Amino acid sequence: MPWNLDDDRPIYLQLMERIQHDIISGVYKPGDKIPSVRDLALDAAVNPNTMQKALSELERAGLVYSQRTSGRFITEDEKMIKKMKMELASEHIRHFFDQMHHLGFSDGETLEMIQETIRGNNNATNT
Amino acid sequence: MRPILECQQLTKKYGNFFALSNLNIALDRGQIIGLLGPNGSGKTTLIKLINGLLVPSEGHIMINGMAPGVESKRIVSYLPDRNYLNSSMRVEELLSFYVDFYDNFSMERASKMLDALEIDRRARLHTLSKGTAEKVQLILVMSRDAELYVLDEPIGGVDPAARDYILQTILTNYSENASVLISTHLIAEIENVLDRVIFLQNGQISLNATVDEIRTEYGKSVDTLFREVFRC
Repeated sequence: MPWNLDDDRPIYLQLMERIQHDIISGVYKPGDKIPSVRDLALDAAVNPNTMQKALSELERAGLVYSQRTSGRFITEDEKMIKKMKMELASEHIRHFFDQMHHLGFSDGETLEMIQETIRGNNNATNT
Repeated sequence: MRPILECQQLTKKYGNFFALSNLNIALDRGQIIGLLGPNGSGKTTLIKLINGLLVPSEGHIMINGMAPGVESKRIVSYLPDRNYLNSSMRVEELLSFYVDFYDNFSMERASKMLDALEIDRRARLHTLSKGTAEKVQLILVMSRDAELYVLDEPIGGVDPAARDYILQTILTNYSENASVLISTHLIAEIENVLDRVIFLQNGQISLNATVDEIRTEYGKSVDTLFREVFRC
């Protein structure tokens, strides 16, 4: 199944994000070996050189490391993965608040609505 | 390593008409390159020059440092934009035809792809649908261990599912020191598998950049950029 990619942003960035996401969400565990560039490129239906670039950039950022003969692995630095997870979470939250601002809701109103939604969900699951 | 394809001041005139004028290109190995341009921009002329079917009016064209000829045909695998095979031949006859012609043809690779697409080897080419006949031709071309694959409109006539398979086929079969030059109008379909695109406009290069350079610089896909540059 080709990966879902936007058509207006650099492909290698989106491949990086996707792999990052897979690391954060646990598809890849710390220390896991990642598939070869060629296999990943085929899976994503993208150019192998572009996949290579995405992996090199992830390597530069320290998220993956390569061992000369045996391939590439996910970092075992769980602190780093945790930090990335928090960064991504705050990014989502900021984005959400931005959208709510566009709709004309203040932070306070938004917060209230979030709480209401949670309460609503709880009631729904309790009944 | 020297470029797999080099054009220097390459010019092709038909009478007074410049089909290509003063083209300078150097293509590296290990890349998939899209040759894009509106109808009549010179794509097929360039492809015919690469394959020695036309001779330059001026300038040079070199394949791995050689002028097109017998030696270059050994390393170039060419898919023309129309049927070039004897259509009363059966698929299996075409296979042995290719084995005889090219010492770098892999029967194993061809068989695997024919099986995957469930193509009947006993069928004669002219009894196949247009799309299936195109698949057979592409399989023949991609089953050679070439250094330069030149594909003129390889996915035009096939259905979307087969397109995915064909792109996979291209990705799987080119090696690190081989390059693939693809001419097509279906840019959005192949954009993700390309390293680089060359825009031809009235026989001249109007853009030669990687896909990600284009997306970074213009904030849009190659397909969108193409539609803007060549708006009618």
